[in-house]
Amino acid sequence: MAHFSKPAEGSWTEHYGIGTGPVSYEDSISPAHYELERDAIFRRTWLNVGRVEQLPRTGSYLTKELDAARTSVVVVRDADGGLRAFHNMCRHRGNKLVWNDFPGEEVAGVCRQFTCKYHGWRYALDGELTFVQQESEFFDLDKSAYGLVPVRVEVWEGFIFVNLDDTDSTPLREYLGDLGAGIEGYPFHKMTQVHRYRAEVGANWKLFIDAFAEFYHAPVLHAKQSVAEESRKLQGFGYEALAYRIDGPHGMVSSWGGMSPPKDLNMVKPIEQKLRSGLFGPWDAPDIGLGPNELPPGINPARHPAWGTDSFLFFPNFMILIWKPNWYLTYHYWPTAYNTHIFEGTVYFVPPRNAFERLQQELAVVTFKEFALQDGNTLEATQTMLESRAVTEFPLNDQEVLLRHLHVTARNYVADHQNGSKEPVDVPVRLAR
Amino acid sequence: MSQSALPAEFADLEPFAGWALPTERERYAKRLASSMDDLQAFYDAVFPRLEDAVAYLDGFELDALPDDATRLLHVFCALTTVSFPVEVWRQPRVPDSGAASFDSTYEPTP
Repeated sequence: MAHFSKPAEGSWTEHYGIGTGPVSYEDSISPAHYELERDAIFRRTWLNVGRVEQLPRTGSYLTKELDAARTSVVVVRDADGGLRAFHNMCRHRGNKLVWNDFPGEEVAGVCRQFTCKYHGWRYALDGELTFVQQESEFFDLDKSAYGLVPVRVEVWEGFIFVNLDDTDSTPLREYLGDLGAGIEGYPFHKMTQVHRYRAEVGANWKLFIDAFAEFYHAPVLHAKQSVAEESRKLQGFGYEALAYRIDGPHGMVSSWGGMSPPKDLNMVKPIEQKLRSGLFGPWDAPDIGLGPNELPPGINPARHPAWGTDSFLFFPNFMILIWKPNWYLTYHYWPTAYNTHIFEGTVYFVPPRNAFERLQQELAVVTFKEFALQDGNTLEATQTMLESRAVTEFPLNDQEVLLRHLHVTARNYVADHQNGSKEPVDVPVRLAR
Repeated sequence: MSQSALPAEFADLEPFAGWALPTERERYAKRLASSMDDLQAFYDAVFPRLEDAVAYLDGFELDALPDDATRLLHVFCALTTVSFPVEVWRQPRVPDSGAASFDSTYEPTP
């Protein structure tokens, strides 16, 4: 029996019209399909590469390895205080421009200009080529024609996005659609205490998103993380979301979360009782200037009193999880091959005012890590069995509507790219099988 | 080193000052390298002093902690790191985590 109401069609999946049949995961185990995704998706969509707090002043820069999009970009705050992005490549003979020690590792810092390690060519923060070593040896070199190659960069709510598609003029805000608009005004800028984690995961990028786009798994896979009585109760109850929303290529799930604080202290571990914190964050929410009923309308869209967290998936690979006790998480999934990707999980808190709050936050972070380690390993097991192709069709339930939508969307981007379509991808559509 | 690592009020925790590691990555590595007996002994000694430590550390601004107080804070950060093995897993590793890794690449100071 449903505990929370569903749309009139009887299910979220039917409401969003993306089919109810079993699905194929060929899109997650085919090297050829991944090659298509690289051009059709990762070179054609807005990709989040960081936050404005990472680039606080003129000359602050960061690099981002976009292996799936076949490039590396450097983002920098210019002399006028604006942000610029460039392909991270010297115009002389193509050396990677900004890196330290290991060319494949991302770097960040502050500089007055960019200097190539190879022959010393220099570029201003606006990308202009300003110095050429032994310039007189070249043949009519017009320096103004050899600036860094720009990449489109825009900021939404402090999140920096780049887009490698020069032919697509869709502004970032329009791309993020209703789901993006619905959370504008959330005080992300007040949550500047950052813990960032990184994992190399042996699974297709979409499969790991799948793991975080449903909570159907939570009462089972993570059963041992709750005390025994609570664990049995959770498994018996199962999981139902408060609401799902899908808009264009993006989706969200709104979830209950009654553990912050728990109704009964005996439900949680001794350290959680003592520090008043856990997986759902510190129980004592910091003041963010907004009460629970004043949050932007896209957060807890059902306005349910049992609300605990919302997970937004902005296609293709960026998730924001907003938690009731006034903190948030981001997930990024950066493909490196059809069966591997780099997962980044970043935790953002309001800066702690004292040692107790610092320890509350530490407990939330290390607890998140315990869960992430289980999730990552489970997905490697999924990838290898899917690749056996012993089974090729899989039933998805209504609590897995976001997964179904993600795979439909990703396949549609590939199909449209192959058809040479210039039109925006029309989703949702019927599941292609 | 003959000088104590932790504030004098916490001399009883001095045998565990080796847990005063400044990064989560180091604390987690020490957890994996420890036996359950070691983790249990650390937990049993440190957990009862949590409230005292919080009260002591509240005497300072968080961004201006003396070195010994910073080490005390890191000992209690390590308590959160070992809490899952001691309270739930009964083993240093996360069950079912295999070769999976999840590494800190950026964290606050202290």
